[in-house]
Amino acid sequence: MLKYIIRRLLGFVPTLFVIATVVFFLIRLAPGGPFDAERNVSDEVLRNLEAYYRLDAPLHEQYFRYLWDVLHGDLGPSFEKPSRTVSEWIAYRFPVSLELGLYGLAVALVLGLCAGITASLRPNTLTDHVPMTFAMAGICIPNFVLGPLLVLALSIHLGWLPVSGWEYPEDKILPAITLGVPYAAYIARLSRGGMLEVLSQDFIRTARAKGLSEARVVLRHALRGGIQPVVAFLGPATAGLITGSFVVENIFQIPGLGSEFVGAALHRDYTMILGTVLFFAALILLFNLLVDLAQAWLDPRVRYE
Amino acid sequence: MPLLDVHELTTHFHTREGVVRAVNGVSFRVEPGETIGIVGESGSGKTVASLSLLGLIPSPPGRIEKGTAVFDGVDLLACGAQTLRSIRGRAISMIFQDPMTALNPFMRIGDQLMEPLRVHEGVSRREARAQAAEMLRLVGIQDGARNLDAWPHEFSGGMRQRVMIAMALITRPHLLIADEPTTALDVTIQAQILELLARLQRELGMAVILITHDLGVVARVCRRLYVMYAGQVMESASTDELFARPQHPYTEALLQSLPSTHVKGEPLHTIPGLPPDLIAPIAGCPFAPRCAKATDRCGRGTPALQEIAPGRATACFRVQDGEL
Amino acid sequence: MSEARGPESSVEPIAVERGASLWRDALVRLRKNHLAAAGLVALFALLVVSLLTPWIAPYGYEDQDLALGAVPPSGAHWFGTDLLGRDLFTRVLYGGRISLLVGFAATGVSLCVGVLYGACAGYLGGRTDALMMRFVDILYSLPFVIFVIILTVYFGRNIVLLFMAIGAVEWLTMARIVRGQVMSLRQKEFIEATTVMGLPRHRVLLWHLIPNTLGPIIVYATLTVPRVMLMEAFLSYLGLGVQAPMSSWGLLINEGVQTMENRPWMLIFPSLALSITLFSLNFLGDGLRDALDVRASKD
Repeated sequence: MLKYIIRRLLGFVPTLFVIATVVFFLIRLAPGGPFDAERNVSDEVLRNLEAYYRLDAPLHEQYFRYLWDVLHGDLGPSFEKPSRTVSEWIAYRFPVSLELGLYGLAVALVLGLCAGITASLRPNTLTDHVPMTFAMAGICIPNFVLGPLLVLALSIHLGWLPVSGWEYPEDKILPAITLGVPYAAYIARLSRGGMLEVLSQDFIRTARAKGLSEARVVLRHALRGGIQPVVAFLGPATAGLITGSFVVENIFQIPGLGSEFVGAALHRDYTMILGTVLFFAALILLFNLLVDLAQAWLDPRVRYE
Repeated sequence: MPLLDVHELTTHFHTREGVVRAVNGVSFRVEPGETIGIVGESGSGKTVASLSLLGLIPSPPGRIEKGTAVFDGVDLLACGAQTLRSIRGRAISMIFQDPMTALNPFMRIGDQLMEPLRVHEGVSRREARAQAAEMLRLVGIQDGARNLDAWPHEFSGGMRQRVMIAMALITRPHLLIADEPTTALDVTIQAQILELLARLQRELGMAVILITHDLGVVARVCRRLYVMYAGQVMESASTDELFARPQHPYTEALLQSLPSTHVKGEPLHTIPGLPPDLIAPIAGCPFAPRCAKATDRCGRGTPALQEIAPGRATACFRVQDGEL
Repeated sequence: MSEARGPESSVEPIAVERGASLWRDALVRLRKNHLAAAGLVALFALLVVSLLTPWIAPYGYEDQDLALGAVPPSGAHWFGTDLLGRDLFTRVLYGGRISLLVGFAATGVSLCVGVLYGACAGYLGGRTDALMMRFVDILYSLPFVIFVIILTVYFGRNIVLLFMAIGAVEWLTMARIVRGQVMSLRQKEFIEATTVMGLPRHRVLLWHLIPNTLGPIIVYATLTVPRVMLMEAFLSYLGLGVQAPMSSWGLLINEGVQTMENRPWMLIFPSLALSITLFSLNFLGDGLRDALDVRASKD
């Protein structure tokens, strides 16, 4: 078990290396530079800046020096906001994105599992169609539509919740819902499918033949297998919730890492882009590992090797 | 008084393509402690009939249209879900065809074994565990206590069927319904499992309904047999009688097609044609289109199962009229 | 009746019928699924409208009427106008063109790359397969949205090119699905027969393997289109996709959000257009999946 985890963690290194390489050359070979916008700097200042950020060296040298720094845990200074290093920016902004992502995940799991499992118990009846219609709506109404509509209805017209901000508990309700609903929709569909599949299997008939109550059949016998597709989806979902919250951060003016990243991309903030990408990639790898472990724990047939 | 008396059981499936008449007016009875066999080709309705008794028909689309099944004074078909649940797994247990899929792969063997005890009798976990280990020993799995913590995928097919049997018998039911319990197993294992069932039946004094397409299997363990075809009982008789003097043309054809009755060098005997499509309404005797002895009359009315001698009944006009 | 049920006559026709009518069966099942059928019709209508937009649209997408400003829906402007007095109906129509173009272009690319890649990996097997799939795994751990944003920043000038690029990174799941299908097909007798017959490999791949994986490919492609359209809207919403004065649903929604308190029509109509299109495509995809009986895992 421990050996498996260590082996997987070591496997992260080449993956991150490939990603760093691809992204490094992709952004550096593209036209434009970080100081294009600053027209009124003298050539001398520009040269100094380039020297400071090592932009004057040949590209391959920059590449190797960057890798070397990253290996030492140094993601370099930010081009755009030199007051802090990239690592410091991430440490400063990421907790907000993480918190938002976790709330979104909670919304997604609670809503999604309830809807999906309810729907699976009586397929093709009203208790199936209603939650599944909502799930389809959740997939087809993007969060940049849903969020503003919620704000319009609940904040502006009814005045129940704040329009934006990220300070008080009530600030966090609408962003969490906006972020979580599309994922809830996917989880509902996946859990319905998984439960239907399991409920049609022989061992469920065995469980019923033992005279168990329907609740026990569903909760003790079907649930564990039925939520497997959801667990498999949780890896990409968690990653998406935490890394993909740009829109929600944008709508509700939340100072997270997502909005930081968009700015960095627009301003050709090389180190910031690379640093964030590597950080997010590491997160995704980590979540995938956690999901694999969870799957192995849920399904005894899955072996680590 | 019979332990189980099934009368005119009728189960249909209402599918989009039409009504599948899987079981049409099946009647049979089981005395306490006896083993009966229900024999028929696949699709003859024997499994659906047994699942109907326990309310295990997937519904929709399945529906029990009519009939009674009195077990221990209770009509299983009318008693309601709650009562039925208290009977299932306690007084009547069932084991299924494929042991590879019938056990829950996500639960330890022990937890699955203990469940009927815990649910029906409120036995403490400790006590249930002891009984489960004992039951495993009874079905021939040594080192029961250690195997309680094993997962189903760690067991072979034969072992799993033993576990299924142990699970079915752990509450000491009065009736065990065994649906093709050996079909999915290797031939050598088949014999062991049949042996085991017969021994446990004697030791525990329960009645057994053995459902199978394999005449060789029923010949070994059953006292009486019901032959089913197209959702109806064609013939019933004691095993010896049936094998010695089959009355219904279908039974006769079935026995002739057994490889063991076959004379070397002759072509194998088969029954021409296919069983009828159960969606189309059947006029007349369902076997008539394939029957070598059918007359015009067989295509018109459906023959009812009638007693022709003590303990013998057949659903064939020509036999009932003494023509055959 | 007993004649007709002879063993020879009853077995053969069944087998023949099954083979020939697989696709027809699927079509019948699809038509019975009203939601999917409605999705197909809506999609077709959208396609026609998009093709004819320059002739249907009552105004030009850039036509401003600053004196008019933003007015609510009326006879002259069915969906109202935006802050610059541009006709919203016209802009929604043009936005639909972009949306569809982008959706199909990106899906087309993802289809080509994914199918070829997956089929090659599955067919070649062994080490090649392991290596190719390892590469897919690596790309999977790339934060997709972020990667797309990087692409946007560098390809931003040309929207079609950008979405070709998105298509080129969106092929991973398709590759996995096709690979799985090909691997299971490879074991089947009729593929083994082609080896015995000595057919060249590329021929086997193109003419025997890929056609037999068509069901899952169609289903997944149908579900990719709405995802890409959503991505376009998302990027345009963030100001990274289509640039004004060109129109796009995401862009229009963004403009609508800014002023939704006072001019809700500016948010509602583009949102409806986008959501209805996404509904149609998703229902169609779901319907196709049921009709073709594809059980590909979602994502």
